[in-house]
Amino acid sequence: MTDHFGMTPLPASADVVVIGGGVVGCAIARELSRHALSIVVIESAPDVATGTSKANSGILHAGFDADAGTWKARLNVRGAALYKDIAEGLGIARRETGSLVVARTEADRATLEALRRRGVDNGVPGLELWSREQLLTHEPNVSPEAQGALWAPTGAVACPFLATIGFAENAIRNGARIVTECAVTGFELADKAIRAVRTTRGRIATRFVVNAAGLYSGEIARFAGDDSFTIRPRRGEYILFDRSVGPLVNTVLFPAPDKVSKGILVSPTVHGNTFIGPNALDIDDPGDLETTPEGLSGIIAGARRIVPGLPLNTAITEFAGLRAAAGKDFVIGPSPAAAGLVHAAGIQSPGLTSAPAIGEVIVAMLGEMGLRLTPKADFVPVNPARPRFHELDRAGQAALIASNPLYGRVICRCETITEGEIVAAIASPCGARTVDGVKRRVRAGSGRCQGGFCGPRVTAILARELGIAITDVRKDSAQSWLFFPRPLAGSEEKADA
Amino acid sequence: MLRQVHAIQCIGCPVGCGGDVVVEDGAVVDMTGFTCAKGQAYAAEEVVSPRRMVTTTVRVVGGALPLLPIMSATAVPKAAIFDCIALLRSVAVRAPVVEGDVIVANALGLGVDFIATRDIPAANASQAS
Amino acid sequence: MRELAYDVVTIGGGPAGMAAALGARAAGAERVLIIERDRELGGILQQCIHNGFGLRRFEEELTGPGYAHRYIRMVEDAGIDVWLDTTVLAAEPGGVITAVSPEAGLQVVRAKAVCYTMGCRERTRGAIRTPGSRPAGVFTAGAAQRMVNMEGYLPGREVVIVGSGDIGLIMARRMTFEGVKVKAVFEIMPYSNGLTRNIVQCLEDFGIPLYLGHSVTAIHGRDRVTGVTVSRVNERLEIIADTAFDVACDCVLLSVGLIPENELGRAAGLVLDPITGGALVDQYRQTSIPGFFAAGNVLHVHDLVDWVSQEAEIAGRSAALYARGELPSSQAQRPVTTGDGIRTVVPQRLSPSLGTKKSERFYFRASRPMGPSILQVFADGERVFERKLRVVKPSEMIVADVPLKLIGTAAQLAFAIVAAPDEVAAAADEEEASC
Repeated sequence: MTDHFGMTPLPASADVVVIGGGVVGCAIARELSRHALSIVVIESAPDVATGTSKANSGILHAGFDADAGTWKARLNVRGAALYKDIAEGLGIARRETGSLVVARTEADRATLEALRRRGVDNGVPGLELWSREQLLTHEPNVSPEAQGALWAPTGAVACPFLATIGFAENAIRNGARIVTECAVTGFELADKAIRAVRTTRGRIATRFVVNAAGLYSGEIARFAGDDSFTIRPRRGEYILFDRSVGPLVNTVLFPAPDKVSKGILVSPTVHGNTFIGPNALDIDDPGDLETTPEGLSGIIAGARRIVPGLPLNTAITEFAGLRAAAGKDFVIGPSPAAAGLVHAAGIQSPGLTSAPAIGEVIVAMLGEMGLRLTPKADFVPVNPARPRFHELDRAGQAALIASNPLYGRVICRCETITEGEIVAAIASPCGARTVDGVKRRVRAGSGRCQGGFCGPRVTAILARELGIAITDVRKDSAQSWLFFPRPLAGSEEKADA
Repeated sequence: MLRQVHAIQCIGCPVGCGGDVVVEDGAVVDMTGFTCAKGQAYAAEEVVSPRRMVTTTVRVVGGALPLLPIMSATAVPKAAIFDCIALLRSVAVRAPVVEGDVIVANALGLGVDFIATRDIPAANASQAS
Repeated sequence: MRELAYDVVTIGGGPAGMAAALGARAAGAERVLIIERDRELGGILQQCIHNGFGLRRFEEELTGPGYAHRYIRMVEDAGIDVWLDTTVLAAEPGGVITAVSPEAGLQVVRAKAVCYTMGCRERTRGAIRTPGSRPAGVFTAGAAQRMVNMEGYLPGREVVIVGSGDIGLIMARRMTFEGVKVKAVFEIMPYSNGLTRNIVQCLEDFGIPLYLGHSVTAIHGRDRVTGVTVSRVNERLEIIADTAFDVACDCVLLSVGLIPENELGRAAGLVLDPITGGALVDQYRQTSIPGFFAAGNVLHVHDLVDWVSQEAEIAGRSAALYARGELPSSQAQRPVTTGDGIRTVVPQRLSPSLGTKKSERFYFRASRPMGPSILQVFADGERVFERKLRVVKPSEMIVADVPLKLIGTAAQLAFAIVAAPDEVAAAADEEEASC
């Protein structure tokens, strides 16, 4: 099933090829895997969830932002409802925090009322306009200048990595294959219909292709002669704070929105951290994930408008993510240029929330395009629960170690992650292949020391479990090797002392 | 007569005295700024024939750990440091090793031994890594 | 689940944990246990293969492993129990410790007294908020040190070091020996945070430039690091416009400070000193939690391991006394405070019973570099003691013994460092030069 690097080989043919192992591609693959189909997801990086899915706000939006009638409006509300049912079974960490849009001025209060009405049109349940007092009772750290807020009880937070991996693993359990480090180089078409996908790892014959390539979905469309949309990367920067700060805020806090984005958020993560961000800057390069001093200063200033007392000295990391913007709405539907190609592109916010609903819509579209959909009786909708040592009580921990002693060795001291959990993350169907892949699955290295302690240990475990050299272990991307061999005798002489 | 003044920073202890050493025809004739005998000795040697302690690791065969830390028993002439390092790169020792074992005797004919600075027991089956 | 009882347990088997355990033993504690998460005792010393350890403690020039092994043998000879490969999950007030290991599973230890000796961890890139991308090749200096010195792998081929802490300086020399090009060390402060001797023998010996007053403002690269951007900073540490330049490298090592690792203490409600990041302790090194003592880098970051051993021995002895009921819980403590020129002092409290000692030893860190200076001690605002200091550096611990008869029954003790008048500076203190 896998070669010595743990990579699945590319099959010669498939009923459907999904391009892109982000949350959208993996959710689509999982939805497809309900049916008797051969499904191949191809991903250019060594792991799933390495593009937009790895650096975003991790919010399951309630759904009042988008104009009624748009894909965003329709899929957001449906997606949020789907997560409520499927998250636990797929191992997707999710917490119902509710969300608040904070008004700072009288004008903002009018905006909140407009958002509320739009939310009602979109079918968002439970929206309430809150007074200043209600807001400050619920969120004592919010600026006393705040004028009130819009409360959305269905707003939630979720782990975007675990969402992607949960969908991917479930798809694999139901027969799909995920082929990593495989980049699309073109299509073979006959009579303007897809016949095969050419990749850096060979050719795969297929009649149906889903373009879920995120930042690169415009290029993929172009390979099929489709110029119907272009992707503009929009960079957003974030600062993440240590869990030791405690709950700075209880809910997702948005400022009343401006034209470009939803503004700078102050939000809890599903794992108990607090983050601020993102800003929004249109850029040209879909690989440019640099944070900037101006950008970080900007999000600090923005966040302070909602929560003045930010614990800046407890920042544990800063990062940037790229949204794949293609205009105001998602690009969802069959390609106007190539039969058999369907786009799930331009998936910016609320993409994480919408992903499972996008899966439903794309599968239905493929059916209309001629893909035969035969539901499988043996579809398994859930993934086996994977033990998380630090979430167990003492008796549970003792029993777990008794079953496998590796659960008794703590590797990540900040998050109390054991070797047993790391080995399981590598051995699982959508297994970790990189240090960051381990981090995304089990959080080893996502604490306050950011892998300073456990990084070398995780590297050694990966090498051992994958049967590769330490010097072949990578951080995240294909060429991101971490360590080099020491020089051998006489290979590098120096004489400048 | 060749007279030179060298500015020297003492590395003997955390006080970190700095001073001048006056050399005439290769011999130290005067110095200022060094406040203890050890520092004066260091400063005198530093201008005439500087030496450093050298620490590095050598590979271990059949050991519980892959590397053995070693140290020069006495200071090495500064100019010979990289030659020593290159020599030690080619050295491998078989476990077990005991602290104080001479790993390389009289390295490069300098009269300096390199010694193990810790024990490395032989690997047993459960410690193979 | 095993349940065991001990008189004194040290959490961590580095230099502090070993010295504390030995101190407890020497003071008569019968059942003493060291819990260590690594595969062997010694802690960070095992990866510090350079020399310079033990000049005070053993009056010998030892490497880190050499220093560790002296203590490991003493621990073995003293009949102290050692649990390796064991992580403490919780240490609750009252002395209930929950620990976990692959071999023994979950274990509960009931300790009459506990020593926090967990050491410290390194500040990270996130803590100094360095913008740029997040490629492979950015490591803390200590993580790189472990890979190079204990595992035998290199973190890069062309290295830039950020921060001039001692680990970074030591790694500059170490990497040079390994055939790696160390391009520069960049320090944001106008002075180095490392020992002068390390700047000479680790940088100057190899022609590695040290840029003071420079900040790395961006890290570049997608897969591996490809370079950094550096700018000069002014005295307020703000970037000076138009001073930016790029340095190509494939690796960035961070040596930007150490933080006491107090996660267990924090979970137990330990009262911390916001400046040291460690516990508030009295002269017995007893913390705000009765029966819990602290020593070493988990209490405050030291420059020399010799001081760690000394301090930990105090903590261990006190723990043994506490276990026997001969040392009361800290109460009605007199505060020890810092004034001008001093950033931290340990201990920060004096318990009422001063014991039979003639003097009490205090450990300081200066807040800024100074020339010849005077350390002043004030009891209830009145100057009772002075000591001349030849030179003052924030990177180096200042150690002073204050005669207890001068402290007497004062309700409050304060310290300050002031610049010495010229005639005092000329007559430098002999004690300072004894090393």
